[in-house]
Amino acid sequence: MGFINTIPVQEWVDLVTEWITDNFEFLFEPIKEHLGDFIEWLSLSLQWINPWIFMLFIALLAFFVTGKRFGLATFAFIGLWFIFNQGMWEELMDTFSLVITASVISVIIGVPLGIWMAKSNIVETIMTPILDFMQTMPAFVYLIPAVAFFGIGMVPGVFASVIFAVPPTVRFTNLGIRQVSQELIEASDAFGTTSFQKLFKVQLPMAKKTIMAGINQTVMLSLSMVVIASMIGAEGLGQRVIESLSRNQVGLGFVAGVSIVILAIIIDRFTQSLNTQKGE
Amino acid sequence: MPVIKVENLSKIFGKHPAQAQKLLDEGFKKEEILKKTGNTVGVNRATFEVEPGEIFVIMGLSGSGKSTLVRLLNRIIEPTEGNVYVDDQNLSNMTSKELREVRRQKMSMVFQRFALFPYRTVLENAEFGLEVQGMEKEERSKKAKESLELVGLGNFINQYPGQLSGGMQQRVGLARALANDPEVLLMDEAFSALDPLIRKEMQDELLDLQERMKKTIIFITHDLDEALRIGDRIALMKDGSIVQIGSPEEILVNPANDYVEKFVEDVDRSKVLTAQHIMKRPETVSYEKHGPRVALERMKEEGISTIYVTDRTRQLKGVVSADKASEAVKNNVTDLNEIMETDLPTTSLDTSMQEIFDIIHDSPVPIAVVDDGKLRGVIVRGAVIAALAGSEVSLNGVH
Repeated sequence: MGFINTIPVQEWVDLVTEWITDNFEFLFEPIKEHLGDFIEWLSLSLQWINPWIFMLFIALLAFFVTGKRFGLATFAFIGLWFIFNQGMWEELMDTFSLVITASVISVIIGVPLGIWMAKSNIVETIMTPILDFMQTMPAFVYLIPAVAFFGIGMVPGVFASVIFAVPPTVRFTNLGIRQVSQELIEASDAFGTTSFQKLFKVQLPMAKKTIMAGINQTVMLSLSMVVIASMIGAEGLGQRVIESLSRNQVGLGFVAGVSIVILAIIIDRFTQSLNTQKGE
Repeated sequence: MPVIKVENLSKIFGKHPAQAQKLLDEGFKKEEILKKTGNTVGVNRATFEVEPGEIFVIMGLSGSGKSTLVRLLNRIIEPTEGNVYVDDQNLSNMTSKELREVRRQKMSMVFQRFALFPYRTVLENAEFGLEVQGMEKEERSKKAKESLELVGLGNFINQYPGQLSGGMQQRVGLARALANDPEVLLMDEAFSALDPLIRKEMQDELLDLQERMKKTIIFITHDLDEALRIGDRIALMKDGSIVQIGSPEEILVNPANDYVEKFVEDVDRSKVLTAQHIMKRPETVSYEKHGPRVALERMKEEGISTIYVTDRTRQLKGVVSADKASEAVKNNVTDLNEIMETDLPTTSLDTSMQEIFDIIHDSPVPIAVVDDGKLRGVIVRGAVIAALAGSEVSLNGVH
């Protein structure tokens, strides 16, 4: 085996990353600054709201979104109160801001990409292995270039989250559009739609549920990235988990973990009921 | 001038259509081409014309290429070869923009499984074609509502398709197609997914609508009864080729080949055949020239027991039986008017056999077929039975 030298993949990747860092600084710097400011502003705004009003507001929203049922509303209120009670309110808002930002960016990138994939078989063939790669690569690995590009803090956390969380939205958008029945596409064509009209009047409305399921996945994945992202300084509940790990404080870890679970359940149920709400 | 003219229209599915086209031109069959080249022949050089206001039925079993053919007409499927003219414009070499205009203005389609948009209300569904054209909300609502009224769904405009029965859903499909006010309506197995009673109702309604609107309709079906019921002309397809084009009678009475014959074998003939198909040339005497003696003589010659009495212009006057005639001869009665029966069963040329059953059942004498008062033929019981068995008809032929 000794007759082939180690291929210098590591060096290559290092070089490429370095090159990107050096040459795209003009791009990374403003992103870092503005996105960082935005997340901070969002988190501070959320914290500015009186926690009790916030809890009530979320509970009310849950009540209406779930079709005037008390289940989610009650859970959301008690869950949020528990987090507040445990003194994790600020962390919760940081995490929440990060998840929202990462999810919105993922959707903005993912949906058009999915549409493109659905419209072109070539794009689908190219994208599928890339998406597989993105999803199977251990999430930790994304942190390394994220730090290289954006330093430490919230922004690299968002960056890593987006890479990790965007594939489901892309996949489900592609799938949803491709699943629209042939007859409906024919009907659309037969009435003389342009491909733009077909997309917005037929394909996207028909694929809406599937796309929403993908977005739900994306949101959950970016939440799961929160703990990992806190290793590079993203503030929030994840930081408490890392802290408890390094100080061997089981209690703190448990409380922070449960808070994340509560947040996850609330977000998941919210996005799901948004999906099932109309057109039954 | 025909609204639609189709010339040598072919569609070959597969990777090497040119190769398959060549074999097709050399006269190879569909299966042979599939075996040799891996290409499937969808439609094989179809040629026909459709006149304005006509209901042109394309009929065939599944896999015969009829659904492909109808999609070639509005180029939802790209033809491999051949031309489609709509109002003398050739669709085959139109740009996609021109084609879109034709689809928006001239042709609408109704689908087998309705193809309604489940997230749109009935009204929004009916508006779809107009919306695509960029019509203002108010105007398109108005037109869509009119169209929904036309199909009897005026009260359901705010429902969603999922809340309606199959028959009603297809009415929405029809209303959506009619809202554009197209010249040509393409109906792809439009009633096949409906249960038989509803299907018949829809057929009647389509004929009613057609009476008023005089659209040109191309109707695809696999159901021969349906084809015979609504078609002005029928094109029969097999393995992608059109085997015969003709009026329902022509198809039934003169099947072009064994395939068509087999196809029409099971048809309920009583619904399709009319008096003119089964009537015989009548034996008559004229009361102005002839007396009972001649009448009796004629009956003896022909071996019949009754004879019809007409005037010189063949206007039907009555019927005389052999018994009455011989009695008259004995009693020296010379005027046929005195002995003939004037109350006799008559029917017109286009009375269906089903109706003839009822008349002939109670009648001791053959039925007279009358057109404008003139005696055109007679129907005897034997002819009815023979026609149902499918033999007698071809002897008479159709005019």
